[in-house]
Amino acid sequence: MKNLLYFIFFFSFSFIQAQNKYFSKDAKVHFFSDTKMEKIEGTNNKAVCVLDASTGALEMSLLVAGFKFEKALMEEHFQENYMEISKFPKSGFKGKISNISSVNFEKDGTYPVDVTGQLTIHGVTKDITTKGKIDIAKGVISASSTFDVACEDYNIAIAALVRDKIAKSIKIDLIAKLQKLQK
Amino acid sequence: MKKTLQFLVLILCLSATKTIMAQDDLLSILGPEEETTQYANASFKTNKIINLHSIENTALGVLDFKIAHRFGFINGGAYEFFGLDQASMKLIFDYGITKNLQVGFGRTNFEKVYDGYLKYRLLHQSKGKRKMPISLSYVAGIAVKTEKFTNENRTNYFTSRLYYHHQLLIARKFSDNFTLQLTPSLLHRNLVESTAVENDVYSIAIAGRQKLTKRMAINVEYIYNLNGQIDPKYFNSLSVGFDIETGGHVFQLHFTNSTSMVEKGFIAENTGDWTKGDIHFGFNLSRVFTLVKPKHKD
Repeated sequence: MKNLLYFIFFFSFSFIQAQNKYFSKDAKVHFFSDTKMEKIEGTNNKAVCVLDASTGALEMSLLVAGFKFEKALMEEHFQENYMEISKFPKSGFKGKISNISSVNFEKDGTYPVDVTGQLTIHGVTKDITTKGKIDIAKGVISASSTFDVACEDYNIAIAALVRDKIAKSIKIDLIAKLQKLQK
Repeated sequence: MKKTLQFLVLILCLSATKTIMAQDDLLSILGPEEETTQYANASFKTNKIINLHSIENTALGVLDFKIAHRFGFINGGAYEFFGLDQASMKLIFDYGITKNLQVGFGRTNFEKVYDGYLKYRLLHQSKGKRKMPISLSYVAGIAVKTEKFTNENRTNYFTSRLYYHHQLLIARKFSDNFTLQLTPSLLHRNLVESTAVENDVYSIAIAGRQKLTKRMAINVEYIYNLNGQIDPKYFNSLSVGFDIETGGHVFQLHFTNSTSMVEKGFIAENTGDWTKGDIHFGFNLSRVFTLVKPKHKD
């Protein structure tokens, strides 16, 4: 009985230790719309994300107002006409890395990962599956991914007048330098 | 006693495990979110309402080039093609020197006027971390009427050609669609038509914007002159317009009884009477050019 108790005691502690989470508060999310008429891109350097390395659970969130553009008018139209930030101030992702066990956080290398979950943009949540990678070099961990989203899927209406200037499918790439959460 | 202690330790350990396992909202472990300030932008589609300045500033490094037209009075009928046979024209160059400071220069063929102004934003409506119920800007401008003096026998001074104005723009964006602006103005004229009228004209304007769709809005502006300052033959300015935004351009189409497109004219020298159909059709066409790309910190 005593041994069993000690076992449970150490087992539960090892469980607490295994809660190794990584986070970033300055993940970079960049989107790019490419058409012959116009190239539109915005960058947000203030996305937050947390990765639970033991379960693979991954969450990311950002303020849409944080996207910066080269042209002020584009930024205004992005916020006002397309993303409607007063109604939908945030976008985010909630899901998991299904093959997190293949990543050895203690060893340098590039680990391809499969990500599935729900992406919320403009108040619309959709299931998404994509690929990414986790790079570990001298203890610096960075996670990145590139994927496409269709404006139509997220109820982002594009007026006929500007249809040639805005791509139907927007390329999104993101990179997060992850730090270990100290708790 | 020992048994009870062991049991307690067991319970404690298990509950600790449980609380950590229960964290399904991962982001919450980063602590509460930092509060941000959300500024009210896009209160109007462009930096003009119709004739008046709007609370919007041209962004830093951006040149806003406008071509404005006012055609003749609509009541000219079919013979005058409802005013389209005549047109007065103004070229306007507005530039954002900083986020809050905008300067502008214009030339209009009506009375051959050159004008310039600067507009500084003092308060910016915001919510969140920093709260401010209204936006407030100050405008100071000068106009030079270069048309030949009507009475050339009189000793004419250059200063007689000068007009000055000071304005406050007080605006609130009540919702995504509705904005209201109040604009008290002081207009000073160095030379006036007679001693019966004042050199200084105080007026207050009220203007509003209601969005109809994402890309279209209706604007109304009315300028009220306090009594007894200008010749009774002049009317207060009333204008109604539509803004249509098409990406890089804004088309402002409007009906107004003001012929002039500079403050000295549209505040204090309107000959048009709406009730008699002395209405001009006109437009402002705005195109923005990013001259200096912004450097985004972080």
